[in-house]
Amino acid sequence: MSASSADAVVADCLEKRFGQTIALAGLSFSVPRAELFGVVGPDGGGKTTLFRILATLLVPEKGTARVLDRDVVKDLWDLRRRIGYMPGRFSLYPDLSVYENLRFFASVFGTTIEREQAHIAPIYSQLEAFKDRRASALSGGMKQKLALCCALVHRPEILFLDEPTTGVDAVSRREFWDLLAQLKASGMTILVSTPYMDEADRCDRVALMQSGRLLAVDAPKAIAQAFDRPLLAVRAARRYPALLALRESPHVHAVYPFGDTLHYVDARRGEAPAAIATELSAFLASRGFADATVEPTAATVEDSFIARMGAPEGTRAA
Amino acid sequence: MSGDLAIDVQDLTRRFGAFTAVGGITFNVRAGEVFGFLGANGAGKTTAIRMLTGLLVPSSGRATVAGHDVARDAERVKRDIGYMSQKFSLYEDLTVRENITLYGGIYDLRDREIRDRSARMLANLQLEHAADQLVRAIPLGWRQKLAFSVALLHQPRVVFLDEPTSGVDPITRRQFWELIYDAAAGGTTVLVTTHYMDEAEYCDRISIMVDGRIGAMGTPAELKRDFKVSSIDDLFVQLARPTGSAQGPAA
Repeated sequence: MSASSADAVVADCLEKRFGQTIALAGLSFSVPRAELFGVVGPDGGGKTTLFRILATLLVPEKGTARVLDRDVVKDLWDLRRRIGYMPGRFSLYPDLSVYENLRFFASVFGTTIEREQAHIAPIYSQLEAFKDRRASALSGGMKQKLALCCALVHRPEILFLDEPTTGVDAVSRREFWDLLAQLKASGMTILVSTPYMDEADRCDRVALMQSGRLLAVDAPKAIAQAFDRPLLAVRAARRYPALLALRESPHVHAVYPFGDTLHYVDARRGEAPAAIATELSAFLASRGFADATVEPTAATVEDSFIARMGAPEGTRAA
Repeated sequence: MSGDLAIDVQDLTRRFGAFTAVGGITFNVRAGEVFGFLGANGAGKTTAIRMLTGLLVPSSGRATVAGHDVARDAERVKRDIGYMSQKFSLYEDLTVRENITLYGGIYDLRDREIRDRSARMLANLQLEHAADQLVRAIPLGWRQKLAFSVALLHQPRVVFLDEPTSGVDPITRRQFWELIYDAAAGGTTVLVTTHYMDEAEYCDRISIMVDGRIGAMGTPAELKRDFKVSSIDDLFVQLARPTGSAQGPAA
């Protein structure tokens, strides 16, 4: 597999172990330039290991990775100036102010805030009101905006953002993704990891990652549409009893809570959802859930993830 | 106060110097209810929970948890509640069984109770085979379910869960919620925080804190109807950023 210059990232059979633990079990994928690419999956799936390798901070045991047409092991010094990396844990100096943190990261790369003013402005404008506040006194959302600003200050060609929205509230998460959309519009290539499935829809393409493997790599819409069983949304006043009852219905494949509904997956591929809905309403009524409503619904990336991951390690399937 | 209120909070306030972290909140939670305690980062949730768990003295107002006043009877509050958080709950360098025994000992359970309850717990979680493994060696999803069960070991009347499902895979997250439903069905009262807005929908009632106050409270269905929004996520955004400005609070 050779890297074409249209690809900002090409990973080929990447493997990494830590002792007995297999962190990456042979990953291959590529990311075209100017794409917003999401790596979506739970903690412990290997996201951070992957990002560290791509950011030249960790050497793979097997396989290769090329970033901006450079090898992440051999060309690391050249690469480091060209990439921006935001680690998962808060990486800034808590005792320095917003402005001082930014100035420090600029100076490490031989530049100044003033010189970079124009291109960091969209983010820095949101931080400027707090420029004298210590980083430790910022809210979760603002800390992440500052870290993004610091990762951008040397004008990198590609950004690696490792779980920038973990532990951040829903509003700040939205705002952070709005910033990423702006950056992408300016031509930046962005790889971002997240445990929140709903954030997949903000990406051009996503890799679903679990236990060191990629379950799928595609556009979020395509991943959702690849869900290949009938899916129905059930609403009932007594949700949990209704969920337990549905697990005993004759053709059930899976039932799980989904937002304000229950998602029911039928085992019969190809059966008409409308017919299943009628059948299921009757079943629920016979179990004392006369108020329940059942309607066919479209699968999301999260439904697809659940279907592809099968039973998580050592636990019964939902 | 009425006996079936597990948590009863009246005008609870906490100031740090000139800053009011919690500015007079009033709410109650019935026994066996699953109550979602939501709010943006910095809205005052953590300060409120620290008061309700007897770790921080209120500046004014009062709160009763499991029948005890949090200011006067903090030690009895601690004895009658369970607590787990995403950040810390189990000792990674102890085995599963050692963790259970340690917590049983802390809560003064008899050896026999610890033995019986841990056997039942491990069977329920299908974790018998991992009983003698170090906690650090078992997957995060198991660990969180185990931590929740350990928090219930002394059969507390109220359990506080602080972002219990953060970073957990989508199947395990849902299994975790089934454990919550099971506990609530058995009469345990659950107060839970989360950043997953779909989980807000799983609660009987929720409150959303904004700048130290409760900005909205009710069942998810009531709130969506009253605020004319299609999801709790949209309501959350509407409350936390009333001006629609992208500029968030920094505190």
